[in-house]
Amino acid sequence: MEFKDYYQIMGVARDATQDEIKRAYRKLARKYHPDVSKESDAEIRFKELGEANEVLKDTEKRAAYDQLGANWKGGQEFRPPPDWDAGFEHSGSGYAGDGAGGGAADYSAFFESLFGQQFRASGARRASSHARGEDHHAKVLIDLEDTYLGATRTITLRVPGVDAQGHVITKERVLNVSIPKGIREGQHIRLSGQGNAGIGEGKAGDLYLQVEFRAHPLYRVDGRDLNLDLPVAPWEAALGATVKVPTLGGIVELKIPAGSLSGCKLRLKGRGLPGDPPGDCYVILAIALPPADTEAAKDVYRKMAQELNFNPRAKLGV
Amino acid sequence: MSSENNVTSENNLPHDAICILEEQTQLTLVDLCCACAVHAEQIIELVDVGVLEPLGREPAHWRFGGASLHRAHTALRLQRDLEINLAGVALALELLDEIESLRMRLRARGGE
Repeated sequence: MEFKDYYQIMGVARDATQDEIKRAYRKLARKYHPDVSKESDAEIRFKELGEANEVLKDTEKRAAYDQLGANWKGGQEFRPPPDWDAGFEHSGSGYAGDGAGGGAADYSAFFESLFGQQFRASGARRASSHARGEDHHAKVLIDLEDTYLGATRTITLRVPGVDAQGHVITKERVLNVSIPKGIREGQHIRLSGQGNAGIGEGKAGDLYLQVEFRAHPLYRVDGRDLNLDLPVAPWEAALGATVKVPTLGGIVELKIPAGSLSGCKLRLKGRGLPGDPPGDCYVILAIALPPADTEAAKDVYRKMAQELNFNPRAKLGV
Repeated sequence: MSSENNVTSENNLPHDAICILEEQTQLTLVDLCCACAVHAEQIIELVDVGVLEPLGREPAHWRFGGASLHRAHTALRLQRDLEINLAGVALALELLDEIESLRMRLRARGGE
C-alpha cells in the first residue's frame, strides 16, 4: 500500500504545533470542501485532508505515526513494521465504532493498517438514530435532447462493498433511468428505495442523481431558456428576411426585421426546454461577412464603399 | 478485479419511483429529518436562520419544497465539516448561490 505523508497533505512541518495543525486544517478544509470548491478533485482532496487531520490532531495517533520515522515519502510502497504501535496506549472511548455503516471506505488502506478497528474515528460521522438506509448521491451527464424528449439512460455506478471473504471491492451497479422530460441542470432525479438497504426493518435509502448537461454544439442553456448564435448575411440583417433556425424540436422559420444589428436578440417563444411554462429560445444575430475572395465579390465591396456614406467609427469621433 | 463479474443489472424502475426532487413541494418536517438523519431541532434552527423557507406557520404544518432537501444537506455538511455557526452557514449558502447564478449567466453568454 502507499505511504501517506500527512504532514505534506496538511502543508505543515513535522514539528508543527497542534494549533498550527488546527489552523492549517481549517484553512484547507474551507478551500477543498466539495460544497464550496469547484476543483474536480475536491472530494478526494477533502477526504485525504480529513484523514490527515484525524491522525495529526490527535496527539496519540500523531505520536504513533511519527514513530514510523521521517524518511517516508508520500506514495512510497509501505508495510507497517510488526508491533509498530506497541507501547502506545489507546484510549478506546473516543474512537468507538459508530455502526452507521460506510466508515471503512472513507479511509485509505494505509490508515486502516495503522489505526484499524480500535482506532476508528467517530467524530466526523453523523450520529444516526434511524434505521433507514443511507441515501446515495451521484451525478449524471445527459444531453439537451434527453431532457427535451425524455429518455432512458443506462448509468453505471461504482459502489464500494464487501465480498464473501471480507475484502473491500468496488461493485458496478447498472441502472436504467428514465430522464424526466424538462429536467434542468442542477436538479436531482430521486429514485426511491435505490440507496443503501435499511437496518432491521428500516426503509432503504434513496438514490439522488444530480443532472448535468453535456455541452451542446449549438445551444447554451440559461435555466429553461436556450441561447443560439445565428449567423446572418449583411443583406438579411439590413433588408429583413425569413430564415431557417434549428431548434430542439426541429427547424422553424424566423422573421428577421429590416435594420437588425449584430448581437440583436430575437425570441422564439416556447422553443426552449419543456416545462410549465416552457422556456424560450433566444436567437442572437451574428452578421457574417462574405469573403472578398473573387473579383466579383471585391467589386461589390468597392461599390458599397463608394455608394454608401458609412463611417462605422462615427461614435468614436474619428 | 474484473468488473464484469460484479455487474448487477436492474430493469426499468416503476415510473412512480422516479421523480424530480425539486418539483416535490410537500415534504414535511419529519420527511426532511428522516432524509437528513437529524433531529427536528436542527431543521428548525435552519428555518430560524432563514436557510430553509417552508410554507405554513407551525412546524407541524410546515411544507418544504424539494430543493430544501439538497440545501439542508449542504448546510449540515458545512456546519459539521467546517465548524461554522448557523449565521455563517446562511451567509456561505447565499454567496454560493450568487456565484452559481453568475456562473450560469456567464455560461449562457458563452463566456466560459
